Amino acid sequence: MAENKSAEFIPRLLPPRELVAEGHRGCQGCGEALALRQVFKVAGPNTIVCSATGCMEIITSPYPETAWRIPWIHVAFENAAAVASGVEAGIKILKKKGRYPHDGKINVIAIAGDGGTADIGLQALSGALERGHNFTYVCTDNEAYMNTGIQRSSATPYGASTTTSPKGKDSIGQTTQKKNLPKIVAAHDIPYLATACPSYPLDLMNKTRKALDIEGPTYLHVLSPCPTGWRHDIDMAVEMGRLAVESGVFPLYEVENGKLKMNMVIENRKSVAEYMKPQGRFRHLKPEEIEKVQERVDEHYAELVERAECDA
Amino acid sequence: MGERIGLEVSLAVSEAVKLARADAIAAYPITPQTHIVEELAQMVADDDLDAEFIMVESEHSAMSACCGTAAVGARTYTATSSQGLALMHEMLFIAAGLRLPICMTIANRALSAPLSIWGDQSDVMAERDCGWIQLFAETGQEAFDLTLCSFKIAEDKRVLTPTIVNIDGFTLSHVVEPFELESQEDVDAFLPAYEPQTILDPAHPVTIGPVGFPEIYTEIKKQQDMAVIGAYDVVLEVFAEFEKKFGRAYKPVESYRAEDADIIINIAGAVAGTARIAVDRMRDEGKKVGIVRPRLWRPYPFEDMRAAVKGAKGVAVVDRALSVGGPGGPIASELRSCLYPLAEKPVVLSFIAGLGGRDITIEDFYTMVRETEEVLETGYTDEYKMIGVRE
Amino acid sequence: MADQPTWKEYPVAATIHEPGSATGQNTGDWRSERPVRKQELCDKCGICWIFCPDAALFMNEEGYYEVDLYHCKGCGICVRECGKNAIVMVEEGE
Repeated sequence: MAENKSAEFIPRLLPPRELVAEGHRGCQGCGEALALRQVFKVAGPNTIVCSATGCMEIITSPYPETAWRIPWIHVAFENAAAVASGVEAGIKILKKKGRYPHDGKINVIAIAGDGGTADIGLQALSGALERGHNFTYVCTDNEAYMNTGIQRSSATPYGASTTTSPKGKDSIGQTTQKKNLPKIVAAHDIPYLATACPSYPLDLMNKTRKALDIEGPTYLHVLSPCPTGWRHDIDMAVEMGRLAVESGVFPLYEVENGKLKMNMVIENRKSVAEYMKPQGRFRHLKPEEIEKVQERVDEHYAELVERAECDA
Repeated sequence: MGERIGLEVSLAVSEAVKLARADAIAAYPITPQTHIVEELAQMVADDDLDAEFIMVESEHSAMSACCGTAAVGARTYTATSSQGLALMHEMLFIAAGLRLPICMTIANRALSAPLSIWGDQSDVMAERDCGWIQLFAETGQEAFDLTLCSFKIAEDKRVLTPTIVNIDGFTLSHVVEPFELESQEDVDAFLPAYEPQTILDPAHPVTIGPVGFPEIYTEIKKQQDMAVIGAYDVVLEVFAEFEKKFGRAYKPVESYRAEDADIIINIAGAVAGTARIAVDRMRDEGKKVGIVRPRLWRPYPFEDMRAAVKGAKGVAVVDRALSVGGPGGPIASELRSCLYPLAEKPVVLSFIAGLGGRDITIEDFYTMVRETEEVLETGYTDEYKMIGVRE
Repeated sequence: MADQPTWKEYPVAATIHEPGSATGQNTGDWRSERPVRKQELCDKCGICWIFCPDAALFMNEEGYYEVDLYHCKGCGICVRECGKNAIVMVEEGE
């Protein structure tokens, strides 16, 4: 009896292949490593990865160990999208000339953190999107330069304490708002982009499949909770992602050919305070600051819902 | 058999890239390289050149995209100058460290500040340490020929190192010169399709560009250094094969009337042409002068340089670049280092000339030779001298 | 360092040719607690498996998910996410 029931559980239907091998050096409970594990399950072996410098690059490639079971190249911090442009164009011309040894479709996937995407990598991303290369860019967003010791990025949320936007006598931490990368990407009029979170693996994996199958540049913005940088318990990454989505701090949506679609509209969202509570990076915030964040989250969420209704 | 025509040097370089059947080009326009990339874009648009031309949004992305194309096995080319090369700086070291055989033309131009679009060698001289093989062309024909050779050198299994061909901005890139343009058939025979050693291919998943801990970094650098040093022999082989195929002979270092010279002018690039006229006149006037011109810059041709200046009393090195506050021009510094171990060596004087597009005239060469003669009499007065500066 | 490769013995550019060589790394050594299964409570849903950042759970022949103790870092996500409390953390050494 139990046997038949379990066969219906969807995780059991997912590809068992692990293209990011066990034995990588990620922190205990790393949300980013989990995100990539899920992405590459979908992508499969006919994939080439172009990685920026960052957590995922460092933990997966300490010579002579590599966690990658698929071809992977790391070049520099700010150019994952430019390298991917080259890989895509190079394969295109070589296939045309009959000189690339592999037949069939190859996924070209650029991966970078929020640092390598929103800040130092923004130019290369914009260029690659504008040129229309057939590739997928996955930004794993842990909301700071985690690899180098939790320094702020433009993706660090308002009020978060990082080592370069530290809370202090005269500081609440990050004083600027998180840069809206999906909006910037959407302004390039690419065929598909989506936000995703590894706490919702099926949603993430469906979006990965879609992004890979659609011709042209596609983009996934994946929230990656980080116990080390967000200062929550090491077993909490999945729960944190869930709280981010359920509070509306990180809404899940897709923009396909310019049309926005919310993947879930939550009527009674959890409070921002509940989301922030387990995280040490927000512990210093006063109620009035948290209220500011709540107002802004509410405003943005409403905007998204309205826009989605318009586009429907 | 080649056709003999007059052509702007930039366009001849593009022609060489086309004949080399480059698969992928990623480039960003910058004066005075623009004619090269414009011509290549037109060739691709007209289907004369079957290549992917990635119109990147900066030179840093140009070199990044080149790493991508080379890593999947495409014959890869780019070109730049000055600020563009400076912007690529980070990537030059990486491309070389990853042993990707990218070929690049640099139309040498002065570096800001102040802003200058005019020629000098400061752009490439700032990249001596980056790990690329580097060549200097003097004439348009040489620019064309060295471009063809660069792919063969870079892609050689024993080398696998990206390669630069330098052409003086404007003074070489924008002049019209006579060329023997070789046929596609002959070039194909000289330069077969690129056979990459390791590529990104799902059938053989590799991890390119890992973290190199202190335990291995030194060994990888040694490996890289030995490949560039070893490239000297490959350069000789390629030059020999080129001569056999096309009838034009090239050596790592060119000497002109230097064998019995008392004073040698050491200079790289197109201005050697002017130096030749000055030397011929001075010879007619009874002075024993000559020119030694490094064509191969990296790997530095130590033995050739030592042999070339042997017997001379003084070497007037002409640098179109300055290490500000340092020991003079780069060519002079390197020659001094090269000669240091010798018990008998000529006096080496560093002259800085032709910065930011200023002409180096025949009179300037007379001045440099005269000043070298004076120093031989009276000894050193300056670490280096700037020729023609208004004081 | 005496038994390490010489510069000639490294692959060009230190490219790693063995895919997934990281599996040799005993990241299980990092644990201070480890997950222990209570198989009688498990309904084989696979939630623990899909949420492990280290791919340190694997399906056995009977369809249950076992912990790969060589690699499991003991983060406890599987324990927190299990809907049946079929997996608990115990201190290493117990």
